[in-house]
Amino acid sequence: MNPTPDDEHWQKTKRLMIIMMSLWFFFGYVIHAFVTPLNGIKIFGFPLGFYMAAQGSLIVFVAMLFWFAKAQDKIDNEAGFGEEE
Amino acid sequence: MATQAQSGGGDFTSNLGRIYGIYTGGFAAFVILIAILERVGVPNQILGYMFVGFTILVYAFIGIVSRTVQVSEYYVAGRKVPAFYNGMATGADWMSGASFVGMAGSLFLLGYDGLAFVLGWTGGYVLVAVLVAPFLRKFGAYTVPDFLAARYGGNAARMLGVMVLLACSFTYVVAQIFATGLIAQRFLGMDFVVAVYVGLLGILVCSMLGGMRAVTWTQVAQYIVLIVAYLIPVVILSAQKFGLPIPQLTYGAALEQIAQLEQSFIQNGLAPATQKLHAAPFTSYSPANYFALILCLMVGTASLPHVLMRYFTTPSVRDARMSVAWSLLFIFLLYFTAPAYAAFSKLEVYSTLIGKPVAEMPAWVFTYGKLGLVTICGKAADSVATITAACQAMAGNTGVLRLQDFGINTDVVVLSTPEIAGLPYVIAGLVAAGGLAAALSTADGLLLAIANALSHDIYYKMIDPKAPAARRLIISRVLLVVVAIAAAWTASKRPADILAMVSWAFSLAAAGLFPALVLGIWDKRTNKQGAVAGIIAGFGVCLFYLVVTRYFPGFGVSYAGMTSLLNPITDAPLVNLQTAMAAPGAMDGWVGGTHPLASKVGWFNMNNISSAIFGLPVGFIVMMVVSRMTTAPSKELQDFVDSCRRPRGGTIMEEKTA
Repeated sequence: MNPTPDDEHWQKTKRLMIIMMSLWFFFGYVIHAFVTPLNGIKIFGFPLGFYMAAQGSLIVFVAMLFWFAKAQDKIDNEAGFGEEE
Repeated sequence: MATQAQSGGGDFTSNLGRIYGIYTGGFAAFVILIAILERVGVPNQILGYMFVGFTILVYAFIGIVSRTVQVSEYYVAGRKVPAFYNGMATGADWMSGASFVGMAGSLFLLGYDGLAFVLGWTGGYVLVAVLVAPFLRKFGAYTVPDFLAARYGGNAARMLGVMVLLACSFTYVVAQIFATGLIAQRFLGMDFVVAVYVGLLGILVCSMLGGMRAVTWTQVAQYIVLIVAYLIPVVILSAQKFGLPIPQLTYGAALEQIAQLEQSFIQNGLAPATQKLHAAPFTSYSPANYFALILCLMVGTASLPHVLMRYFTTPSVRDARMSVAWSLLFIFLLYFTAPAYAAFSKLEVYSTLIGKPVAEMPAWVFTYGKLGLVTICGKAADSVATITAACQAMAGNTGVLRLQDFGINTDVVVLSTPEIAGLPYVIAGLVAAGGLAAALSTADGLLLAIANALSHDIYYKMIDPKAPAARRLIISRVLLVVVAIAAAWTASKRPADILAMVSWAFSLAAAGLFPALVLGIWDKRTNKQGAVAGIIAGFGVCLFYLVVTRYFPGFGVSYAGMTSLLNPITDAPLVNLQTAMAAPGAMDGWVGGTHPLASKVGWFNMNNISSAIFGLPVGFIVMMVVSRMTTAPSKELQDFVDSCRRPRGGTIMEEKTA
């Protein structure tokens, strides 16, 4: 039999996943492809391209995960699939 | 059952903040006590033993207090570890002895390109949180192969999962025990082999009696020790040199000075014109290799069983997600500090060693030179006479140290910082205790992952499904000891490739497990045939690439179309294949690391640390194509996938908990 169609909960979950993966791809890869031009900019002595790989992207990853936990929780609760307290 | 479990562990879990608060205070008091003893004149070696002895006793105490005879306590800590504390435990589980001791040194040597490790080992947690961990927690797995067996109907997938798990975890645990031995040897002057077996005892007391429960609470304690030990020396150094105790901000100024010194060295003939600049990208890896390495490390992170199983211990799916966020925050604290260590050490070397007369090197150079960790003019810097003679014999050296004359082992960067900053021995002892905590905690997690796979997946699920709980736990403990001894024995033989093998573990886990885990949740059409074919193909391609490029390079060139890797700066081949293939021994198998072709050939100029770059897409494509050529999974299996996707309701896998 063919896969059953996705319900609304899973469609919203997928949308959030795609947003997260796009951010991850941008801060994990895309921005570092521009390291040489970014290194021309200096902030507190840090060449910006170096800074993004050493700290900038990491800070974004941490913030993303706390936001994701809240956002996915909201999707689960709205669909009635959230866990009982 | 839930209420019973609550009352059983309620006293402890509701008082966690107080317990670990007291623990941290006690640890601080202990450090102050050692500092006072040092003032009074107690010799350093005794202080070192006290440091290491005290911390191991504390871990052993936690391990013994948390002993358990309950299956769910043993495998998943009764699923009542709060998100915040599970985050700390994951931090300790994740950060290995090599991360603690060697990472800053790699950044010192590789400059910008070393940041691939920093990015890869943090960004992977985004994949863990979004794609994998919460769903495995909902399923209620005890081990990662458990999920594969349930989703892909049967023991074929389980067996393959166990194989991949063993391949990536065993080399990793050997490296941890190896690191334990090195740290004890360096700080306590113990014999290496003795130190390895002492480390083994430290690991066993934590994990054997209490399984996951004991390992969890020990890892939280170990995280506190390791992060304090990592931050303190560099915070003090930053305050001394730049007047601000936030190294993560002040090392920008250090980077600026490094860049100026690099330029002046090149102008004054103290460094070759081709010198790699610290902040310049793609001097050690080509851009393609740099990004491939980041991808392999990230995907590997999201597939390593000892990390994923930490998220089986949270009380809910929601807590599992929060816990990944906390884990990354705690890991981030160390990883965003490592580049500061690298920059400060490099500035120290550049400003106090390079361009100075060889006869006037500072004392720390000889401390580490005697251990063979610092070389000057190609010789271990054990005395002024040795290096003066070595430099005189070297063409072009005028008695002044040039950049190319100086060599440093990656471990020295973190270990020597207290000494460079002129801090008392107590801080060096603290660093030793931190490195030991990092190595022991990772080894605990890995050993448990291996022993659980053998006892739960192989013995209980495949050999004797009727085994009573008591027997399963005994088998599990016996296997834990057996695996631990096998790992310690391997480490005591000092295998040459052990550090390279650790980075291979990431590629093996990524190619072997990631497609099956992700498609199992995100694609209902993936079926048993697809999964089995995909795991074999992905893992097979990855393993083939690793083994052939490293051990059978001649065969790779002759039969698998491999070519020489290229120099990242000049794009020139690293070896001339025509001459190298004509040389005797070119077609040898199981070649040593010094073989002219070993790890220097490959496809598309891809370094073998990033071998999952071939296995991963092959795994995904084979899994999806074969699934679509065979029958779709049954309605029951599709409902099973749906229930993994919805947090509400209890775990799907039911267990006898007696």
